[in-house]
Amino acid sequence: MLTTEQVIAKGRLHDRVFFLVGLTLTIICLGTLAVLLYNLLAAGLPRLNLDFLTSFPSRRAAKAGILSAWVGSVLVMLVTAATAIPLGVAAGVYLEEYARKNWFTSLIEVNIANLAGVPSIIYGLMALGLLVYQFRFGQSILTGGVTLAFLILPIVIVATREAIRAIPQHMREAAYALGATRWQVVKDHLLPYSSGGISTGVIIALSRAIGETAPLVTIGALTYIAFLPPAPFSTVEGRVVGPTEWLMSPFTVLPIQMFNWVSRPGDDFAANAAAAGIVLMAATLSMNLVAIVIRARVRRRVKW
Amino acid sequence: MPDADLDPRPVKAEVRDFSFFYGTFQAVKNVSLSFREKAVTALIGPSGCGKTTLLRCFNRMHDLYPGNRYQGDIILHSATDGGSTQHLNIVSPKTSPIEMRMRISMVFQKPNPFPKSIFENVAYGLRLRGLRSRRDLEGRVEAALRNAALWDEVKDRLNQNAYGLSGGQQQRLCIARALAVEPEIVLFDEPTSALDPIATSKIEELIDDLRERVTILIVTHNMQQAARVSDYTAFMYLGEMIEYDRTAKVFQNPGKPLTEQYISGRFG
Repeated sequence: MLTTEQVIAKGRLHDRVFFLVGLTLTIICLGTLAVLLYNLLAAGLPRLNLDFLTSFPSRRAAKAGILSAWVGSVLVMLVTAATAIPLGVAAGVYLEEYARKNWFTSLIEVNIANLAGVPSIIYGLMALGLLVYQFRFGQSILTGGVTLAFLILPIVIVATREAIRAIPQHMREAAYALGATRWQVVKDHLLPYSSGGISTGVIIALSRAIGETAPLVTIGALTYIAFLPPAPFSTVEGRVVGPTEWLMSPFTVLPIQMFNWVSRPGDDFAANAAAAGIVLMAATLSMNLVAIVIRARVRRRVKW
Repeated sequence: MPDADLDPRPVKAEVRDFSFFYGTFQAVKNVSLSFREKAVTALIGPSGCGKTTLLRCFNRMHDLYPGNRYQGDIILHSATDGGSTQHLNIVSPKTSPIEMRMRISMVFQKPNPFPKSIFENVAYGLRLRGLRSRRDLEGRVEAALRNAALWDEVKDRLNQNAYGLSGGQQQRLCIARALAVEPEIVLFDEPTSALDPIATSKIEELIDDLRERVTILIVTHNMQQAARVSDYTAFMYLGEMIEYDRTAKVFQNPGKPLTEQYISGRFG
């Protein structure tokens, strides 16, 4: 039988051991990240300047830039957002507000959760078969954007459902009691009140999509692009470009450009890859920052 | 209905042999009673007696959830322009729940304004009815806020968020929202149970003033409140209507022993 003092001392010891273990593991995690960041910055920063952002890739590392890559990334993200947001939000609203709760909707729910876990290269294979060969979209910005939209659709659907579910039932009843239809409740109340949660989810999904490489390689995105997609209404070879022609243009994106440079011999291209990595990380981090700001602002504004 | 035959006010709604089911559970059992126009009728009874369930049948709120079933009739009597009375069965599957909710407003237990401006809260019901003109909206919003005794407190901050108001003000805003659409009946579901005594007495005064304009049905847990604000009281127990009479009669000289036991606080 231990005395009270011994029991307390033993408890204290366990407490202290756990504290130290936890602290060590946290430091290891954060330290790894810090070393990674430091390496990236040390290798890439000297290479990062305006010329780097405004030049096309080149055989000579010192002249090469990421113009076509970042423009490609931005355009692909535009297509992804324009596809995934309406589809995902509509599906989320339907499942949450319209669909009857039965075994079929439960099945759909489970499968949406499963889709979020499917490896991204599988989406690439599906897009290759469906979009490139079946629909003949080609190895284009359109194909790339839609492929990434498929990839993030489950995230957008889940974020929409959670944001809508967080709205208390008495808010819906208040609107229904005034004679609103289901669509009026959705349009006037549920979507405005959940817009913060939905945009947070969408931004986080897009920040995942912008770093994806495998599905785009699968559909055949090029690794060396020394031109930009044709701007709408500009004149190329004496012909006015249509407003949607850029969608069918070949493209590359930042992570593919990085991969291309990393696989070349020599330190100079490695520095280019690191600099492109800094740009990619800056894009991802600033998107996440925007998401955090939106979340904080909505939390302050909406209360029930 | 006993003793009420002397009342000169016409009947506004008639509940006839009405039952309500949540799935297989029968929450309201063969209830019959009629409500007078421009009178305040209180529904009292212990928790789970079916009074809120009955109230929510009037604006078909139960249609929002699956598995609910109405049986019997609730007939709404409305005066037409020609001077005759139109009869409409509220709970008939042929009657549109949207139409009933446009004609019968509801004030809920917990104040539930929309996280929008004070003005938009009151204007929303009018917008749903297709009112677009800014001037008409402003006039109707002001009138509703005056009727809800809230105008003087909010007239300088109509564009501020409704959640900046106190709980009692929020509930009066919800009353203004319910009144703005000029309903035939206003349903109150324990409107003061989330409020402090001062805010409660303001709401009670308001209900007292409103009886001249509109028919009121109020569910309350608070028997003093029923005694203070209502003309008629219906006492329900386990889904059945035990007693329905003038409020003074129910409280001073109840006809059933169960009613007497409940109002004297021996159960519930």
